[in-house]
Amino acid sequence: MEAPKQQESKRASVMDEWFVPKKRILGEAETVIRPSVSYWKDAWRRLLKNKLAMVGLVCLILLIFMAIFGPIISPHSATHQVLQQQNLPPSSEHWFGTDELGRDVFARTWEGARISLFVGVVAALIDFIIGVTYGGIAGYKGGKLDHYMMRFVEILYGLPYLLVVILVSVVLEPGLFSIIFALSITGWVGMARMVRGQVLQIKNYEFVLASQTFGTKTSRIIRRNLLPNTMGPIIVQMTLTVPSAIFAEAFLSFLGIGIQPPLASWGSMASDALPVILSGDWWRLFFPAFFISLTMFSFNVLGDGLQDALDPKLRR
Amino acid sequence: MTKYLVKRFIAMLITLWLIITLTFFLMHALPGSPFNEERSTSEAVQRNLEAHFNLDKPVPVQYIEYLKSVIQFDFGPSIKKSSQTVNELLGRGFPVSFELGLVTLTVAILSGITLGVLAALRHNGIIDYMAMTIAVLGISIPNFVFATLLIQQVAVNWELLPVATWKSWRHMVLPTLALATGPMAIIARLTRSSMLEVLTQDYILTAKAKGLTPAKIVLKHALKNALLPVVTVLGSLAAGILTGTFVIEKIFAIPGMGKYFVDSINNRDYPVIMGTTIFYSTLLIFLLFLVDVAYGLLDPRIKLHRKEAK
Repeated sequence: MEAPKQQESKRASVMDEWFVPKKRILGEAETVIRPSVSYWKDAWRRLLKNKLAMVGLVCLILLIFMAIFGPIISPHSATHQVLQQQNLPPSSEHWFGTDELGRDVFARTWEGARISLFVGVVAALIDFIIGVTYGGIAGYKGGKLDHYMMRFVEILYGLPYLLVVILVSVVLEPGLFSIIFALSITGWVGMARMVRGQVLQIKNYEFVLASQTFGTKTSRIIRRNLLPNTMGPIIVQMTLTVPSAIFAEAFLSFLGIGIQPPLASWGSMASDALPVILSGDWWRLFFPAFFISLTMFSFNVLGDGLQDALDPKLRR
Repeated sequence: MTKYLVKRFIAMLITLWLIITLTFFLMHALPGSPFNEERSTSEAVQRNLEAHFNLDKPVPVQYIEYLKSVIQFDFGPSIKKSSQTVNELLGRGFPVSFELGLVTLTVAILSGITLGVLAALRHNGIIDYMAMTIAVLGISIPNFVFATLLIQQVAVNWELLPVATWKSWRHMVLPTLALATGPMAIIARLTRSSMLEVLTQDYILTAKAKGLTPAKIVLKHALKNALLPVVTVLGSLAAGILTGTFVIEKIFAIPGMGKYFVDSINNRDYPVIMGTTIFYSTLLIFLLFLVDVAYGLLDPRIKLHRKEAK
């Protein structure tokens, strides 16, 4: 109760000093004191503050670095078999030990990293291309076309993702590109739905109308006006697609219908390690298991961080 | 409501038909015949075998025949396991998988919601951080990796629980744990975020002002509303658990449908692959349908026939 009274008396005493007219300097009002913070700069600044997302980002950079240089710095090749050196525990010679064919697990782990990251990134890119085109057209055109395009997407959405992937991988020759193809068949559907929803919202804004009155072509409006404004959610969606694609590849390889030997994949390495864990050869399982989990962890926390950072509602 | 249900039902049938067709033609696009490896069979035997499995007729005829039998829920004989039909395999394997799936789903839902609520109530506290660490790990570690790690530590190193097979409740612990962690993590995160949102609502303040006990506020007023987003993901979680049973049953040597499915893939046993895929898809699509309807019933703000009203 007392606080406001105190403030009032204080205010009265300083009143006159407070309200001195400011000298007007010509042109001062127009100068911008701080550089304007763009959407992307602001998002980046907020991402930097998110510790967990930063851990994910740093881990990812390290993983990518090792995927590129790991097989090069390893003194052994990933597929070279030395039958005298079967199932050796980690040592200064074989950093991650060897497997039952005497192959170096360190080299194989990073070969596996290359495959996992490649599959994840390419699958996300394909989802991006198909999903954005499809969703963009459906959302922008609207009406009947949108209706039918979305019915089709709904039917695809009802298909169980991994079952379709398994089915297609069974039919195709097993290999890297079959996996990516199988992952892309229904993978883009989520992206298409998301982009359509966003475009539906943005296309009613005035700047789109302005663009239309200038007679801009539809493809240009979608590319230049609509998509840049949906880039935030699109990037988040892509970041979260990567771990699910990596999981699907490992899952297939674990079942034996993914990456085929002599190529190494984290999934197939874990699968090969299954019979020997009973004898205590922990390193066979540990390294692929650890790095696949680390990769998925990094992408997931980075995706979550990006989601928060790119959400315009949270912008301050 | 009825109009919406009919519409959804028709869409469901179209999706099912698409799956059957896709499965059928994919299987027939495969190079080679399932009898290729038995080189000793003579020309006549080969032809008899093909006649027995309807493989001698032109593909469109086979397709119609197959559609007819699938509608009657008859998936035909297995090619590799002679004298056994796909229906028999389903009848034998499905109850086991169903048990595993149901126990997993129950464990995942109960522990996920508990974890999520605790995290929300202690927002930014130690419990919150612990729960979210578990959640992030649960999402990041693939179920088959977690399963093998569990076998290595719990079953082999500590010898606490049996390594494999499906006999008593002790056998069920590790597979269920391996399979439930992922869905649990997803549910926990969802529950937490929607609880945090609900707890800031005015009606919670009203409930507090009325002097209700915290337990009543949380359970009756907050949780009831916070669980709606969780209901929406149940369908896709069930799909995840279902595909998860493929690897988990393989790892733990559980005689369920998933194990037969993986075996049939490796043996190229087409009728079994087709039958299982169609069976699983029907199950999942029906589940998604139920979840949609349940969602409409649970949330009075959502009227299922809203689209027609516009």
